[in-house]
Amino acid sequence: MSYIVVDGISKTFKVSKRSSGMKAALKSFFKRNYVYVDAVKDISFSIEKGEIVGYIGPNGAGKSTTIKMLSGILLPTAGNIKVNGFNPFKDRKKYVSNIGVVFGQRSQLAWDIPAEDTFDLLRDIYKLDDKKYQKNKEELVKLLNIEEIIKKPVRTLSLGERMRCEICASLLHEPKILFLDEPTIGLDAVSKKIVRDFILKINKEKKVTVILTTHDMMDIDTLAKRIILIGKGKILYDGSLKKLKTEYGSYKNIIVKTDDTIKEIKLKGIISKKKIDGGYNLIIDSNLVTVSKVVNYLSKYHITDLDIDNEQIDDIILKLYEDYKI
Amino acid sequence: MKSYLNFFKLRIITNLQYRAAALAGISTQLFFGFVYIMVYLALYESNKGVTPPMNLSSIVTYLWLQQAFFALTFPYTKDQELLNMIKNGNLAYELIRPQNFYFKFYIKLIANRMVAAFLRSIPILLIGFLLPEPYKLSMPSNITSLIIFIIALLFACLLVTALSMIMHLLTMYFLDARGVSSAYNVIADLFMGGIVPLPFFPKFLQNIAYKLPFRYISDFPYRVYSGDITIIVGKNMLIGSFIWIIIIIVIGLIISKHALKKAVIQGG
Repeated sequence: MSYIVVDGISKTFKVSKRSSGMKAALKSFFKRNYVYVDAVKDISFSIEKGEIVGYIGPNGAGKSTTIKMLSGILLPTAGNIKVNGFNPFKDRKKYVSNIGVVFGQRSQLAWDIPAEDTFDLLRDIYKLDDKKYQKNKEELVKLLNIEEIIKKPVRTLSLGERMRCEICASLLHEPKILFLDEPTIGLDAVSKKIVRDFILKINKEKKVTVILTTHDMMDIDTLAKRIILIGKGKILYDGSLKKLKTEYGSYKNIIVKTDDTIKEIKLKGIISKKKIDGGYNLIIDSNLVTVSKVVNYLSKYHITDLDIDNEQIDDIILKLYEDYKI
Repeated sequence: MKSYLNFFKLRIITNLQYRAAALAGISTQLFFGFVYIMVYLALYESNKGVTPPMNLSSIVTYLWLQQAFFALTFPYTKDQELLNMIKNGNLAYELIRPQNFYFKFYIKLIANRMVAAFLRSIPILLIGFLLPEPYKLSMPSNITSLIIFIIALLFACLLVTALSMIMHLLTMYFLDARGVSSAYNVIADLFMGGIVPLPFFPKFLQNIAYKLPFRYISDFPYRVYSGDITIIVGKNMLIGSFIWIIIIIVIGLIISKHALKKAVIQGG
């Protein structure tokens, strides 16, 4: 049996709904209109120990809801979750010692005091052995490069600094599973890199199973070998990133620098041709036409520079969204 | 248990910082103490010949104790942090800790009350004791009533906090529980003897008040102190108070369980 088994879970929210304005407000005073929204619809997957899984999808797809159900905060309307033998919601008090959660848009650190004080409080909450706690803290602090940062009041920290402290706080009790809900949201490139390297390291060294949601495709590219794509509450794709890339990533981007005017290209597999400053931008489907054929065709023009790019994962995802009409 | 105690300690330390609030509280409570006493003095003066339901020194003592321990026994003191947490969804982080959600916040609310009452009560009691008659706060009628008073006050704090917890938990259903809590406030304040001591109530209202839990919050402790409630009755009432604490806590726990099942974490 897998480490994490999610079996047919759904979550329905009851949401009250009314139009704006005085009349609608008065009306809703007497009669409320509710709509039922399926945030997640019959989702199943399983995850093995030590995996890093990227959980991606557009806004409102149900990513956070799934994470909350996995971490025992929300009770699924239907279906079952088993993580390491625990039922997250039912066994919440016992279960949560096994997991660490970072909600990128919220904070678990007390605002007015240094993060280190919150860490000490967490030590008591999780009843950690002091020696082990100190050792673990030192290690995490060093890895995340926050030795000085944890001594400053949290309100004075930048977002990137704070996020590193948040991640540290979630790992003090040495959880076996780490849920990251948009850990890199709003971070600059440097902070993102630190966070990514760190996630890779704890996954490798401590065998922590990581499930992360993100909108940043670079996160997925560097971290996750496996992705689960979710849209409108349903799983659209579950598999390796590599496979997704070969199946959907057959498009290549060619930038041609030339002063000549290129007329219509009479080749199959040319998806688009756009005039850009000092040349053209071609997108080709490498399943239909090889790059060399295109370059050959172009050789009759005077070309000053040629740039061939694989498609970015962003575009692949966009295409997937289109294919599934979400 | 240790983690709850540590949390209690932390809350006490945090709350002790608010000196200005304590000073403001003391002056307000002194002011109200004097005003109420003057009202009752005038009432007793103009009704000579009628046997009052409580003697004058009992009522003065009642009023001073009520002012001194106002923070401990006020029906509903809202905890903005908890309410905000429910409203903006930061509750999520509370729920991933290996602690019982209800008791954690129960302890927090108690700590808030205890600190506030501790800082306010001592100066008010001192001033009350030093005042001349008829404003004087009397000594307890005897040592047994003092002991019953102390236990009753402790129970009152446990009970009123449990009631307060229910009001906070209702926010999970309504998001804004101001309506419910103000209704509760009025009812509780009336039936605990916060506005007028229960002996002054008409008979039928008294009968209702004696059946509700609220009288254990202030009527019972403040009247047992002056001997207006006898020791024998007082001992029995301690049991009644204890039973109500258990009942209200159990109701709160059930509500918290149910609320968490239906919980929606606000804001994504």
